[in-house]
Amino acid sequence: MTRIVNVSRRTFLKGASAATGGLVLGVSMPVFDAFGQQVAPAQPGRLNTFIQIDPDGTVTVTLHQAEMGQGVQTSLPIIVAEELEADWSKIKVVQADALPVNGMEPAAMGTGGSRSVRVNFEPLSKAGATARQLMIQAAANRWAVPVSECSAKAGVVSHPSGKTETFGNLARGAALLTPPQNVPLKAAADRRIVGKPTIRLDARAHATGAAVFGIDVGMADLLVGTVVQCPIFGGKLKALDPAPAMAIRGVLRVIPKEDYFVVVATGFWPAKKGAAALVPQWEPGPNAKNSTAAIDTAMQAALKKPGAVAVDRGDAKSAAKSVKKTFSATYQVPFLHHATMEPMNATAWVQGDRIEVWAPTQNAGRERYSIAEEFKVRPENVNVHVPYMGGGFGRRIGMAFIRPAIVASQVMNKPVKVIWTRQEDMSHGMMRPCAVSKLTAGLDAAGLPALWDNRLVVPSIAEQLTPNRVMNGIDPISIFGADAPRYNLPNQKLDYAMPQAGVPLGFWRSVPHSYNAFFIESFIDELAREGGKDPLAYRRSLMTAYPRHLAVLERAAREAGWDTPAPAGHGRGIAVHESFGSICAQVVELAMPSPATIKLVKLTAAVDCGVAVNPLGIEAQIEGGMIFALTAAMFGRIDIKDGAAVQKDFDTYRMALMPHVPPVSVHVMEGGTIGGATEPGVPPLAPALANAIVAAGGKRIRKLPMMDEGIGFA
Amino acid sequence: MAFSIKVNGSQHNVDVDGDTPLLWVLRDSLGLTGTKYGCDAGICGACTIHLGGVVTRSCAVAVQDAGDREVITIEALGGTHPLQNAWVEGDVSQCGYCQAGQIMTAAALIANGAKPTDADIDSAMSNICRCGTYNRIRAAIKRASGQV
Repeated sequence: MTRIVNVSRRTFLKGASAATGGLVLGVSMPVFDAFGQQVAPAQPGRLNTFIQIDPDGTVTVTLHQAEMGQGVQTSLPIIVAEELEADWSKIKVVQADALPVNGMEPAAMGTGGSRSVRVNFEPLSKAGATARQLMIQAAANRWAVPVSECSAKAGVVSHPSGKTETFGNLARGAALLTPPQNVPLKAAADRRIVGKPTIRLDARAHATGAAVFGIDVGMADLLVGTVVQCPIFGGKLKALDPAPAMAIRGVLRVIPKEDYFVVVATGFWPAKKGAAALVPQWEPGPNAKNSTAAIDTAMQAALKKPGAVAVDRGDAKSAAKSVKKTFSATYQVPFLHHATMEPMNATAWVQGDRIEVWAPTQNAGRERYSIAEEFKVRPENVNVHVPYMGGGFGRRIGMAFIRPAIVASQVMNKPVKVIWTRQEDMSHGMMRPCAVSKLTAGLDAAGLPALWDNRLVVPSIAEQLTPNRVMNGIDPISIFGADAPRYNLPNQKLDYAMPQAGVPLGFWRSVPHSYNAFFIESFIDELAREGGKDPLAYRRSLMTAYPRHLAVLERAAREAGWDTPAPAGHGRGIAVHESFGSICAQVVELAMPSPATIKLVKLTAAVDCGVAVNPLGIEAQIEGGMIFALTAAMFGRIDIKDGAAVQKDFDTYRMALMPHVPPVSVHVMEGGTIGGATEPGVPPLAPALANAIVAAGGKRIRKLPMMDEGIGFA
Repeated sequence: MAFSIKVNGSQHNVDVDGDTPLLWVLRDSLGLTGTKYGCDAGICGACTIHLGGVVTRSCAVAVQDAGDREVITIEALGGTHPLQNAWVEGDVSQCGYCQAGQIMTAAALIANGAKPTDADIDSAMSNICRCGTYNRIRAAIKRASGQV
């Protein structure tokens, strides 16, 4: 339940509120950590988002969700501005710190799971409406007219008599009023900001270089360090002679810890040179012999045995009678790294028992408690500021990139920024797990799957990060998207095994959907072709129970011109997948100048995310998700050799570039419940691409990345 | 060692080792943080500047090799350069981290009234954008060069 409180006369936010004499509403929002777990607030009803209206008319929205490129610091203010009837040009956004002030805590502040708009839409709408009602009430009081005769629009309250007043001029009066309860929200048809394409509020700061990312944090006396972790996951630092680093001008200190060391210097370059000069002795630990081949062997062995049963629906025994033909295929994907453009970093300043951190993190609230616990200080003595993140994609979670800065600041007694080199960043990721799926269908006389069997083998993210979520041998984070394919599959089975990976695993944009969509949508395509059917028509015949999904699929097909023959030599592939509450269908059209090369012609997507808060942002997220997935499908692979990651920079972990990317059109649809936009663009791309290659006369690719299967860009 | 370098029209004296890349002179010595660190290998382009009028990866040029060539960074574009306006109007950025480098690469491409074709854009714009904003970058370059 959303709680909205007038906190105008309480001093709480940095430089804000009471001094200005304006209206400040605090809102109690549902809070999640970045793992997607809803967090019970320490004190129920704690306020974590604030709407402030200053006498100069500025509307400041202080948000607990962090900006990493997904546009949340534009889409959430849009929700507020819509119900507030604000003048959009007066909207400002402030990123909340993790430190509670006067009992108002931004709580877990977890940003992930394409969740921010979904969970905040209703509470922010209510808060905006409440603020608007206070503006109207303040005007009615001033004019001595009934509230019901006044209305607000674009930052101005007006009365039929012709009287008008700006929100700014009403803010002081509104600050003295008690918020009304249950203010009705606008009808969807009356919205004028929600649903309208809106340019990001940070667009200018990004285009000028003025935006402050974590790596840009600056302050007096700031030292800069870099970290070197044991290259072998799970290994320890045995011995380190600091002398070669100390001989480099600018190097101030070498700090050895259990499984890493930090070199602190006057700037990043001497720190990096110092780190490179050292010859650490590592104790390799239990994973010393780990390799891609060893993991693959374990995966294949697991595939041969029944796993834990995650889904068992229908009556396989009686359905078996109608099976005329059995078709089976095995698909595989590798480890992937996030490769955020901004390498991992954090800045810390430890002063006595107080720790102040500037961390580009998706999980500031939880990390604040982790810091307090690990460094043995009281949580109220820890603050985490959240600068812009140069990409997140699920990577910026955990203490690994925060801890070294705190350790270094403790030792140096000064603020220290610790920046990972790209090589360190890439070889110490939290990887998208490798995965294998063996799909088997028993086809009836019409070629439809009377039986569906999916044997899924994926090392478990949950086992490493949130072990409480592993139940009866099932990691739900591994199976989402495979547990309920949106097709008529009356008799289906999913079993699951989770071999050890020996590497850190994490949430990579769209998490299990990134591989489960590839497996299922490739397989469905294969089944269609097995029966000589058009892949769209075949899906139609399997989607009668899923009209919303079918509508999205049909829209993508129509926009891509599916019903007109592709030009000679071109192939079109289609795929559809639901994730994070949204449905996305995509069509890839490509040419194959040779059996080993593709040239993408165009990409088409349709997405139903329920309510399109900012269509311009949704298009950007879906398109961006598709390019993110294109990179992974064509090039993405992290290998493990001697217990360590092999790829260390963009030369071997390649990215899609300008010439690879064809025109992309995204068609935003609105339907039922509100869904996410940041991740749902990722899953359908890889299968649509693989399916297009087959349509163009190429071979069926069942293993990613494409480059390893002999397919490259022309 | 002391080096004198010209950056965005002003002469600066910096005391760093001669092998320090321009990137870190800009960021750590001069506080010009619009130029970003990305890969340390001259690949990603987040650190793109103009050196003596030429598009350059600033992570790959040591201060001792810069000579008297002037360094121009994103900060010199002034905030309302046609490319910066086109970037805003086209809602190009997502995380924004690579965009200063993208704009610096594009600035050379449209200099002197040039109107780059798609092929010109493909061959010049080698910067990585992890968020996948390539199509909006292409459109913004065309807008800024008066082609839209």
